[in-house]
Parts: sequence; C-alpha cells; structure tokens
Amino acid sequence: MTILRKEGREKARGAAFYVDDIAFSNLLHGTTVRSSIARGCISGISYLPGVPWDEFTIVTSKDIPGKNCIAHILHDQPCLADGLINHPEEPVVLLAHPDRHVLEKARRLVQIETKELPAVFTIEDSLARKQVIWGADNLFKSLLIEKGNVDSVWAGADRIIEGEYSTGAQEQLYLEPNGMVAKADNLSGVTVWGSMQCPFYVHHALVTALGLQADKVRVIQTETGGGFGGKEDYPSVIATHAALLSLKAGKPVKMIYDRAEDLAATTKRHPSRTRHKTAVSKSGKLLGMEVDFAIDGGAYATISSVVLSRGAIHAAGPYLCPNVRIRGHAVATNSPPNGAFRGFGAPQSIFALERHMDTIAAELGIPPEELRRRNFLHQGDQTATGQVLREKPDMEGLLEKALNAAGYHEKRKAFAEANANPETRVKKGIGFSAFMHGAGFTGSGEKMLASVAAVQATAAGRIEVLASSTEIGQGANTVFAQIVSHALGIPSDWVDVVRPDTSIVPNSGPTVASRTTMIVGKLVENAALGLREVLRQSGRLGLSHTPSDFQQALSTYVREVGPLRSDSTYKQPSHIEWDDMNYRGDAYGTFAWAVYVAEVSVDTVTYETKVDHFVAAQEVGKVIHPMLAAGQIEGGVTQGIGFAIYEEVVNRSGRMANNRLTNYIIPTSMDTPRIQVIFAENPYAHGPQGAKGIGELPLDGAAPAILNAVSFATGAPIHQIPMTPEHLLRALHGAKPEGQQL
Amino acid sequence: MSAPKKISLHCTVNGEPRELNAYPMARLLDVLREDLRLTGTKEGCGEGECGACAVILNGELVNSCLVPAIQVQGAEILTIEGAANHPIAAQVQEAFLRHGGVQCGICSPGVILAAANLLSHDKAPSEADIRESLAGNLCRCTGYSKIVDSVAYAASDLKGTRS
Repeated sequence: MTILRKEGREKARGAAFYVDDIAFSNLLHGTTVRSSIARGCISGISYLPGVPWDEFTIVTSKDIPGKNCIAHILHDQPCLADGLINHPEEPVVLLAHPDRHVLEKARRLVQIETKELPAVFTIEDSLARKQVIWGADNLFKSLLIEKGNVDSVWAGADRIIEGEYSTGAQEQLYLEPNGMVAKADNLSGVTVWGSMQCPFYVHHALVTALGLQADKVRVIQTETGGGFGGKEDYPSVIATHAALLSLKAGKPVKMIYDRAEDLAATTKRHPSRTRHKTAVSKSGKLLGMEVDFAIDGGAYATISSVVLSRGAIHAAGPYLCPNVRIRGHAVATNSPPNGAFRGFGAPQSIFALERHMDTIAAELGIPPEELRRRNFLHQGDQTATGQVLREKPDMEGLLEKALNAAGYHEKRKAFAEANANPETRVKKGIGFSAFMHGAGFTGSGEKMLASVAAVQATAAGRIEVLASSTEIGQGANTVFAQIVSHALGIPSDWVDVVRPDTSIVPNSGPTVASRTTMIVGKLVENAALGLREVLRQSGRLGLSHTPSDFQQALSTYVREVGPLRSDSTYKQPSHIEWDDMNYRGDAYGTFAWAVYVAEVSVDTVTYETKVDHFVAAQEVGKVIHPMLAAGQIEGGVTQGIGFAIYEEVVNRSGRMANNRLTNYIIPTSMDTPRIQVIFAENPYAHGPQGAKGIGELPLDGAAPAILNAVSFATGAPIHQIPMTPEHLLRALHGAKPEGQQL
Repeated sequence: MSAPKKISLHCTVNGEPRELNAYPMARLLDVLREDLRLTGTKEGCGEGECGACAVILNGELVNSCLVPAIQVQGAEILTIEGAANHPIAAQVQEAFLRHGGVQCGICSPGVILAAANLLSHDKAPSEADIRESLAGNLCRCTGYSKIVDSVAYAASDLKGTRS
C-alpha cells in the first residue's frame, strides 16, 4: 500500500503552518531599503518627511553587534552595505513598524545617496577584467580537471568539432516567497522561524552576525512552500535582517518578501557559458575533450565555488574519453548574487554537452543515439576525474527503454518527412539527452559535513526521527518514516518526524545536493537499527518480532530504563578517495543515470515551441516511494521545460527587469505535457534500502532533450537557452531579420 | 485627500455569517488571513497570476488578492478551511492526498478550490478540460501530472457517490 504523505492532510486542508501564518500581538513588520545602482559608494542616507519616523525601528550596518557578513563559505557578503554597493537591490537599511502599509510608504522615503562606479555585467567582461570588482581578479574560483593528455590528440584526430553554448539565469520560483520571523532580546538570545532548507546554515549566519553564543540562537523551520535551492543560502540574509530589527526593537519582527522583491533580490541559477573542442574518430569515438566552463556568480561568493565544481565535473557527461581537460571559472559581476538551484551547475554544463553531442553526430553523419552508444561509460571505466566506476551503469538499456517508449525511431522518420513539406506550418521534432548526476556533496564534502541523525523512543511506543533535513515538498518526512518502518518492521504511522529546530535536532547537514534520502536516510536507517539492537541486547526484543512486540519492548524500555535514543554519524565508505587540489578521484559515492526524450511542435509563424510528450527513463538505485519519486521527476522535468523555452531573466544593468509573474513566465498546466516516468532499479550498497539521490537529476536532462528536438524540427543551430520565440526567430534568421523589430 | 474610513461588511464565510470592519479597498486576501485568521488562503504573487489565493466567491473562482473588501458585501465565500464540509471539495482534497497532488502545499488550497469549482460545473471533465481549468493556478513542484490525475480521480469518485 502506498504510504500517504505525512503532512499531506494538513496541507490539503490549508491547516499547515507557514511562516506568514505566524501572528504575535506585538508583531512588527520589517522591510529592506535597497540600492538602486549596481556599483558605487554610499555618501549619505536621508529619511525624507512624510511618515512619523520616531515610530520606526531603523537598522544600518552600525547596529550589527557581530561581524557584518552573511557567513557562508566566505565572509565577503555584507549583511548590510557599509559604504560600498556591489549590486542593485543590495540591502542598506532595515525598517520595522507595526503597520505594513505605513512601512511601505517609509521605505520609499529613505534616500540613499551614492557615487556610481563602473560595473561589470557579463562573464566575458568579468574574465577580461574590464573592471576588477571582486578580489584581485574577479574569480571566486578556478579549477582544472585533467585526464590523459588532450594536447596529444588534436593532430591525429579525424575531426575536431567546436561549439559554444550558453544558459540564462533561472528563478527557483518556490510558490511561497522567502520569509522569516525573529524574536530577539539581549538576555535570552534569538529565535527565528522561517521558510528554509538548511536550519544550521541560518544558525551559523546568525551566530556570526549577532556575535552570540551558539546556544543563544535557535532556528525553527516552518512548513516550507518549495525551495529548489532558492532557500539554501538566501534565508540566512532574511533571518539575520529580521533578527537585527527584533534585537533593536525589543519586539518580534516578521519579514516576508513580496514576489517582486523576491524575484529582484534573491538568488538565481548561475548563467553559464561553455566552450567545447572535441576530437573524434570517423567512427564517432571520442578521442579528446577540451571544455571551458564559466559561470556568473553575481556580486558575492555565496556557494559559487561548489556550483562550479559540480558543473565542471558533470561537463564530460556519461561518456568514456581517454583525454579530457575541463577548465572552470566562477566569476563576479555586479548582479545580485546567484546561488543554488536544483542541479547546481550540472544542468548548465549538461545542456552544452548534449547539444554538442548532437552537433558532432550531425557532422559525422552518425545517428545521435549511435554516437552516444559508442561512447557510454561502463563498469570499470574512468570518468573525467579518474573515478573508476564500481557500479554497473546501463546507459544502453536506458537509451533503448526511453527511445522505445517515446516511439523515437518511427517519429523521427515521420516528422522528417512531414517537415520537409514547405506547406507544414507546425514542424515536429523529437530529441533526447543522456546524462548522469552525482548524489550527495561533491568529493570530500560529506566527510567534512560528518552529518548526524537520530531516532528516539517515546513512552507511548512510537519512534521519533531527529534530523535537520527539511520537508520542502519533496517528501522527506514520508520517506524517513518509511525507512524507519522498513528497518524496524513497524507501520510508518508509528513514526513521527520531528520538525527541524536547531535546539532539538542534530546537524544532519543541509537539505541540498540530492542527499536527504541517500545520505541522511541511510543515517536514519542505521540509527533505527542501532535502537533495535539496544532493545535486543536489553533482552526486551527477540530476533524476530511483530510490530506489537516492538512497541511493547519500546514502551517497557522507556518505562523501566529511561530515554532511548540512537544516533548515527556519517562515515564515508572506505572506497571513496578524493583529491580536492587536483580534482582527481571519486567525485561522488554514486551516480543516477538517465535518458530523457522530448517531442516538440514549433510553430514557424509564431516561433512558439510546445513540448507535446516527454519520456524520462532513469536508474536511481532502489525506488523507495514510487509516487513521491515520480512526483520529483515530473516536477523537475517541468522546471527543465521552463529553463529550456520559457523562463528568461532579463538583466538590465545588473537588475532583473521582469521581476513579476506577469512577465517571468513559468510553465502552467497548459504548457506541460504528460510526462512518462520510467524507473530502472540497481540498488546502491550505501543508500537506505539501496536508494540513490533523485531530486536534482530531472533538471539536467530536460533542456537538452527539448532543444535537440527543436533543432531537429527546424534545423536551427541552437546554442543557448532559454529558447523563447524571439531567440528562436534570431537563431533561424540571423541577428536582424528583415522587417522585424525585436 | 482625507484618510479612507473602514466600513462594516457582512458576508458568509464557509457557511458562517461574519461581520467585518475593513477598508473598502483592503484585499479580500488580507481580510481573510488577518481579520478572520483564515490563513489557509495563501499569497504567491499578489497580482492575480499564481492562484494561490483563490477562493470561491458567490460560486465563482476568484483570486482574493484582486478582490477589494467592498465587493464581498452580502457575499458567500468558500475558503479552503470550509472545503472539508463541501461535498465536492472534500472529495477533491482526499484525491489530492491519495494521488500525489500535494507536494509543498502552498498552491494546494487554491488548486483544490479551482478543481472543486470545475467539478461543480462539469462532472466528467476530460484531461484537456482539467488542464484548462487549472491554468490560472501555478504549481512549481508537481509538473501538474499528479494534480491532473487527482482531479480525474476525484471526478470518478464523485460519480460513484452520486449515482
């Protein structure tokens, strides 16, 4: 029987409690006054007449008791600008007032006087150091991955094929905007409630900016209306702002961004540019790949260095190539900082590679599926980082399943014939992508996190799961309960997942990187087995038991002995070895593998593209909850459809010009096809019940499959996304089509 | 310009008569969430694009962020909190729970009311009908497949109970 979503009933009844639903009698509302320029110096701040300023709590950088930064990997991002502005929408002043309508009026009456400095807005200008805006060279991180000797292959190759590809920024667009409530005073410290993925990241940022002891800061996750990476690092900013206001006001403060502010000010997927130079034999064997991958991090470092790592490691895809060189750069520009978004660099580099593979196939006159088949990775092969694959990927099997399910060969033939007729207005296309996605933190990341999860018994004979992993819609509560239920042989209804609260749960790391089920789920499974072992050794539980025996044993133990809790700490599997200096070794414990097929229609009059059908075939280890897993794939593919053809962040001098849902377009129910999800199972020894990570995978493959289909339908040389109608028109007819004003 | 004055309003919310004191141009969304503490209605965009704040007003689906309070004088309003007592909406809620229509939950109140509104008018909608009727409700989690399935299941469950 399918286990129902744990918190599903409350959500369907509108009874689930989100941050904006919090009410205190003496609650103040908080707002942020932001910079209007991209780069410059602050020369003064004026508070113009029009509101009773004595009723307001006003916070500037001078009111920060700790370090003026949003602590993440680096401490470069100020909590509030102090003299220097590095991007539009940079926070400068915070205001709080009981009436949010008066507050909004006041926000417009704060005038920030500035002297503008020249700014940088593109990857190429930043790389060329037209202005140095960050550090000595605008580089948040550079990296080099080398395998074999790529310089040795160019001379002897049958063909050398080059291409340049780019992807745009993308908004996570969780339907619940970012928000926090903080209650702070100098005696007891600060408590923050809010919408977030990573309670301990927020905790760390608060401790740093407020200069408080760790035990004086408490972070509680409220029900979270979607994250997708957008609530990985940014919540630290709002939490710190709300806490500063509350500390000064002596009252609780609520800060909820409206959609326009959330779109303009918070993180996006990193725009990217990828150059490929590939040596191939006539028969289509990859001989050498040189990849130059660059991403735009915006004004501050946030997590750009790790986005770059994941993107670069995935840049060579699921293919065996003896000689590979991948260079990566994460650069600074004067846009609001970019951050995590599902896929985390991989959708960008995989788009480039999978478009490039179709280009290579066309140049060699080999069918695209045959080109892939000749180069897929197999067990024992080495990836670009020199990781020897212990698992047994079956990319050929996935390719066959996906193409057959989509009717690929028949449709390719039929569409080519129909499209050849000049009378055909709507051209049809079908295309695919092949890819893999590493689950968990990159390299030694999991070892350094050393996550902990726990389970504990209640006197009523129930089990509670304690972890900082957040339920953000993906089903973490349900899957954790299911893992415990399976490990202990009890109904999942007897398992409760405790709401993440940093004063109660251990630090099981952030809810990111497709790690919740695979990494934290395994810790939960081990903790549950540890608890069973204690019951067995105490003589209260036999080697085989019924659910009621177990419940009996639990409650007897708690009554007679006392609290029963079992913790489990992550231990990296001994085979994983990673050299972070040279990017060599086991980049990930395991990979999920996939082939996605998209069928599209392109209207040659309006240049609109519609995705008509989609097949997503993947191997993700053991599928724990098929309905939730399929939901992850369907949702991820739909975000990928947006990334491919709808969602364009228009950057005007560093500022998002279209920061509304009327002009930032995401797929609706009318734009989304039926998505056929196929799972192949190949259990992973180090995942709970054999599960691998799944969350990010679907974002990687949708865009290249769709654009390969669009290219097949139209013959357009497509090198960039989002491929909106305007961009497709340009791709088909050159930069300035006659009679067209774009 | 003189400051706007609050007006008294009476309307029926989820079957209960309510007396309200609100600014005429206050958003119905805020009146529901703040004055009546019916926080199941959600704000996703504040400009009528996302449908998270959808409620049923006099039998019609509306985005409550675009409805000024003055328009609800004498009206009947159904919010998600009243759905469990509404035969069609209750069936839709159950189907969403069973068939994966709910993920993060923030669009669910609006989507469920939109679906209930559809099924009140059309007992056997096609997939295309369902997709069209939900086009004003954005969901970022599900990709819509399981929402569409949930509505279809609700329709067939209702058929069973109606016959």
